[in-house]
Amino acid sequence: MDLLANLALGFQVALTFQNIFYAFIGVLLGTLIGVLPGIGPVATIAMLLPITYALRPTSALIMLAGIYYGAQYGGSTTAILVNLPGESSSVVTCLDGYQMARRGRAGQALAIAAIGSFIAGTFATLVVAAFAPPLAEFALKFGPAEYFSLMVLGLIAAVVLASGSLVKAIAMIVLGLLLGIIGTDVNSGLQRFTFGVAEMSDGIGFVVVAMGLFGFAEIIVNLEHKEHREVFTDKVGRLRLSWAEFKEALPAILRGTGLGSVLGILPGGGALLSAFAAYTLEKKLAKDPSQFGKGAIRGVAGPESANNAGAQTSFIPLLTLGIPPNAVMALMVAAMMIHNIQPGPQVMTSNPTLFWGLIASMWIGNLMLVVLNLPMIGLWVKLLRVPYRLLYPAILLFCCIGVYSLQNNVFDVLMTVVFGVLGWVFVKFECEPAPLLLGFILGPLMEENLRRALLLSRGDPTVFFTRPLSLGMLVAAGLLLLIIVLPAVRKTREEAFHEEAA
Amino acid sequence: MSLIRNPKDFGSGCLFAGFGLVAVVLGATYPAGTAARMGPGYFPRALGIILIVLGAILIFKSLRTTGARISLPTLKPLVVVLGSVLLFGLTVVPLGLVLATVLLVLASSVASHEFRWKEATIASVVLAAFVVAVFGYGLKLQLPILPAFLGGN
Repeated sequence: MDLLANLALGFQVALTFQNIFYAFIGVLLGTLIGVLPGIGPVATIAMLLPITYALRPTSALIMLAGIYYGAQYGGSTTAILVNLPGESSSVVTCLDGYQMARRGRAGQALAIAAIGSFIAGTFATLVVAAFAPPLAEFALKFGPAEYFSLMVLGLIAAVVLASGSLVKAIAMIVLGLLLGIIGTDVNSGLQRFTFGVAEMSDGIGFVVVAMGLFGFAEIIVNLEHKEHREVFTDKVGRLRLSWAEFKEALPAILRGTGLGSVLGILPGGGALLSAFAAYTLEKKLAKDPSQFGKGAIRGVAGPESANNAGAQTSFIPLLTLGIPPNAVMALMVAAMMIHNIQPGPQVMTSNPTLFWGLIASMWIGNLMLVVLNLPMIGLWVKLLRVPYRLLYPAILLFCCIGVYSLQNNVFDVLMTVVFGVLGWVFVKFECEPAPLLLGFILGPLMEENLRRALLLSRGDPTVFFTRPLSLGMLVAAGLLLLIIVLPAVRKTREEAFHEEAA
Repeated sequence: MSLIRNPKDFGSGCLFAGFGLVAVVLGATYPAGTAARMGPGYFPRALGIILIVLGAILIFKSLRTTGARISLPTLKPLVVVLGSVLLFGLTVVPLGLVLATVLLVLASSVASHEFRWKEATIASVVLAAFVVAVFGYGLKLQLPILPAFLGGN
C-alpha cells in the first residue's frame, strides 16, 4: 500500500519534536485569532511569514497550515458565545450556535462543533492523502495552455465566492493581476510601473498587499462603530453530549464532511462556501426546517464539519497544481516561495517529506485542537473579554514589525499604508478584497503561461480551445459565469450572502 | 434625485477605470510585441483595457440602478490608524523599536471611542517590553532597539 507507506513517512516527519511544537504553535495561534473577531487568518499568516524565514520549510508550512484550520475551530467559539463570526467561515454557525447558547446549551454547541470539526478533519486528511498523488501526476501533463485556462477557471470560481456585484469581483481580479506584474519583467528586464522607485523593482510584497487590504482596513472599519459584545461567559454549561444529541448530529456531521471535502477541492472553494452549502443542505433535509435559526444542533454540526473539511481539502489544488484556491492558500504559495519551493505537482516527488509531513501534521493538529478547544474553553472565553481598544494597537504593532522585517525595509511599511487606504475604499464601495489577492499572486504566473502558450502556437489564440483539457476548463469557467448571471441562481446567491450579513 | 443613483458602483467604477487608464497610459511606452512574441507591454495593456471596460460598465450601472449611500460615519479611525503606522515607519530606524512601539500604540489608541491615557500608556510599555523580548532578543530580527544616539544598532 503506497498510501500507508506515504502516510507512515508523513507521520515520521510530523511526529518529530520540532514539528509537533510548530504544529502546536500554529493551532494555538489559529485558535487565538479565530476566537478574536477583527483579525483573520490572512492577516495573521501575512504577519508571521517573515518569522518563518528562520524555520525549516516543513516546520514553517506546518505552522502556517495550523493557523488556517485552527482558525476554523476558534471562530466557532466566538460565533456560539458572542454571535459574532470570529472568522468569516463561522458566520453560518452564528445562526443556530448562538441560539443554542441563548437556550443554555452553549456547552453542547461548542462540543458538537469541536467533534464535528475533528471528524471532518480526519476524513479530509485522508482525502488529501488519497487524491493528491493521482492529481499531481495528472497535472504533470499540463502545458502552458492548460495552466492558463486552469487559472482562468480558478479566478472565475473565486468570483462565485465573492459577495456582491459580479462586475466588481471580476474587476478586482483584473486589478490584482495588474498589481501583480509590477516590477521587473522577467523576459525583457524592463521595469514596469515602478515609477523609478528602486524598492519596487522586485514588485510589491504580497504581505504588504494582504496586510493593508485585510489587516489595516478591517481595523479601521471596526473602529468606525462602537463595539457591543454580549458574552455568555458563565453559562457555557455542560460540555458532555447525550447519546441522543450525538445521534441527531452525526448524519449532519457526515454530510457536512462530504460536502466540505468536495467543495474545498474546487478552485474558489474553501471553508466559507462549504459552510454555507452545508447549512442549506441541512435545512432542506430537515423534517422540521422551522427549528433552524432557533438552535438546531444540526445547523451547528453540518456547517462546522463542512468548513473544517473544506479548509483542509483546499490544500489539494495548492499542493498538486500550484494554484491557490483562496487567499490563505495564496499566502501559502508565498511561504513556499520564501523557502525556494516552487508550488506545483513536482513538490510531492522532489520534497516528499515536506508533502507527507504537512498532510500528517494536519491530523495531529486536529487532535490538538479538540484538546485546546474543549477542556480549555474557559481560557478562550476569558480572552473574549479583552476589550478591542487594547487589542487593535497590538495587532497593528505586530503587523508593522512583520512588514518591516520582511526585507528590513521602511518602504514596505509605507506601502502598507497605501494599501490600507485602498482597502478602506474597497470596503466603502463594497468590493470584496479576496479576489484581488488571488489575482495578485497569479498575475505573473498567468502572464508567463499566456506568453509561453502563444509562443508555442506561434500566436494562434485557438490553442486554448483546441487542446481538450484546456477547452474543458474554459467551458467550465464559462458555465460558472453563466450560472451566476442567470437570474434564478443570482437570487439565491444574493440571499445566501444576505443571510451572512444579517 | 441626483444623476448618480448608485454611489458605490459609481465610485468603484471610476476607481477601476482610473487604474486601467494609468496602466494603459504608463504602459504605452513598453513594447507590446505580437501575440507570438509578446513584449512586456502586451499583458498590462490588455488588463488595462479590460479594467476600463469594467469600470465603464459600473459607471453606466450607477446611473440606472439605485443603491445605498456610502456610509462615512467618521474619518478619525482612518487617519489615526494609518497615521500611526506611518509614524512607526518613519521612527523605527532613527528612534529604535522601543520608542517607535510606544509611539505607535499611544497614537493608534486615540482612535477608540473609549480611549484612556493611563491605560494606553501602560499598554504601550507592556507591548514595548514584549516585542523587544520576542522580536529583538528571541527571534533576533534586524531591528534597532534603542535610538541611534543612545548607541542602538
